Amino acid sequence: MIAPVPPAPLVPAVEAVAANPWVSLAYLVAGVCFILALRGLSSPTTSQRGNRFGMIGMAIAVVTTLVTHVPITGGIMSIGDEQILTTATDWFAVFEILAAIGLGAAIGITTARRIAMTAMPQLVAAFHSLVGLAAVAVACAAFLNPIAFDIADMVVPMIGQPFASIHVVSRVEMALGVAIGAITFSGSVIAFLKLNGNMGGKPILLPGRHALNLGILGAIVILVAMFTRDQAPWIFWTITILSFAIGFLLIVPIGGADMPVVVSMLNSYSGWAAAAMGFTLHNSAMIITGALVGSSGAILSYIMCRAMNRSFISVIAGGFGASDAGAAGGGAAVDRPWKRGSAEDAAFLMSQAEQVVIVPGYGMAVAQAQHVLREMGDLLKKEGVRVKYAIHPVAGRMPGHMNVLLAEANVPYDEVFELEDINAEFAQTDVAFVIGANDVTNPAAKTDRSSPIYGMPVLDVEKAKTVLFIKRSMGGVGYAGVDNELFYRDNTMMLLADAKKMVEEIVKALG
Amino acid sequence: MDFISILSIFVLACFVGYYVVWSVTPALHTPLMAVTNAISSVIIVGALIASAATSGSTGSDVAKWLGLAAVVLASINIFGGFAVTQRMLAMYRKKEKRS
Repeated sequence: MIAPVPPAPLVPAVEAVAANPWVSLAYLVAGVCFILALRGLSSPTTSQRGNRFGMIGMAIAVVTTLVTHVPITGGIMSIGDEQILTTATDWFAVFEILAAIGLGAAIGITTARRIAMTAMPQLVAAFHSLVGLAAVAVACAAFLNPIAFDIADMVVPMIGQPFASIHVVSRVEMALGVAIGAITFSGSVIAFLKLNGNMGGKPILLPGRHALNLGILGAIVILVAMFTRDQAPWIFWTITILSFAIGFLLIVPIGGADMPVVVSMLNSYSGWAAAAMGFTLHNSAMIITGALVGSSGAILSYIMCRAMNRSFISVIAGGFGASDAGAAGGGAAVDRPWKRGSAEDAAFLMSQAEQVVIVPGYGMAVAQAQHVLREMGDLLKKEGVRVKYAIHPVAGRMPGHMNVLLAEANVPYDEVFELEDINAEFAQTDVAFVIGANDVTNPAAKTDRSSPIYGMPVLDVEKAKTVLFIKRSMGGVGYAGVDNELFYRDNTMMLLADAKKMVEEIVKALG
Repeated sequence: MDFISILSIFVLACFVGYYVVWSVTPALHTPLMAVTNAISSVIIVGALIASAATSGSTGSDVAKWLGLAAVVLASINIFGGFAVTQRMLAMYRKKEKRS
């Protein structure tokens, strides 16, 4: 019934381009530049050079594509039996593309300049959603015009119109690309709304959500299998819609404290989406990048899960920090005695100390207290106190969040230490100053088997001679919904106030 | 390129990614996310191919507009991602040596 015919006259131009070894080489160089970009991040001194490699790689990839895919308007002249292709550069189409790049550049650069460092998690989530949506758009375009992407053969059936039959491998790749892209998009939109405060941080639990999610995932797998047999549009669009839905359903039940894992996971997905499209287009730059970004996000998710002593599955299943978790450790603690201190007490204690370790957390970011905190550190250093900063891997809402805020406030990065590097030092520390962190300092994680955070690696702040703990009020609990043992220790002094105000008062008392 | 050579590139790149990312210092994990964001927008290559394709039929016209939309989205990410990474990295500095 179906007889394949030679490709249409317009196609050979594209094939000739794809076969040109220089083009493949250019994409390979772009891929290598991206590897060097990530490699540069192994140290702050080489990181800026790495970022420039990234930009060069991107420029190579974009220019190569533009040069090899100049839009053409063409007609086919028939002279006798022979068909001659007449072509001219379609300058209007070139202008459209450059305008699209310019528009994106203007929006991107303005956003990047204006964004506050405390809003970085939201920004990254928003950027992830754009990668996802772009992947969906490219996959749809490839489905609608497969000849342009060189992934189909023209088939002329005995009856009816000739049509482009998409290669089976390309169908799988394209379906995966659209599915992962759509999940990245809708998941990132939810993550953005949660991080930006448009949506409550508490997990939203739908009844029967696990069955629903598994059902939809199963349906997507079956549809992808069907798509390899039949390239019917309804199958492709159903896969797209279901994938948008699953991304939404997966992220909605995940609470605020698990956001570092979610953001890293979506980072990983955006990479796999790019890789899937790279497979479709046979493009090595996209495949290398996709693999790099995919593994980067996966490793970050793993680091975050390990830092919370939780399995990836339990994070994805969601619901952590919902109301029932509070019952485990909270109830008995209401009337226990605790000490309250003033800004003057804190200033006196710290100025007499030999070493002060500052432990920042998400609360510092919310209060925007990083600048005044650095001022406090400077005043203490003038008094001859050694000041260090201790950062827990999941402090804040994304990996490395606290480091960026301290860097913004001009804290030198060699005063900032990771958990495993500083934990042994708390025993020789006079004052541990906890600002906006809670669960990551809870000693119950080491001793209380019934606590939901049992087994999570924590900062051993209680080993310091004195712990100063800034907290808005005694009522609230951390995101895990558990009371903190630390508050009731003999060597803990609670400083009840807004983090920024309290530090400002301490600075005044020191000055 | 046939499927196996593409798959080889992919698998090897996954290993490269694994080792490179583990060597990234935890202090730079936020810039890492921002820059991976920027480079994953290399998907713009696909968007450019779609928008540069000769249109004519209804399908290819829609494909062209989808391509142009994807070019805008990916460009926001590329320029925004690299710019914000640059801004963050410029903030990391060492303690000045006391004279």
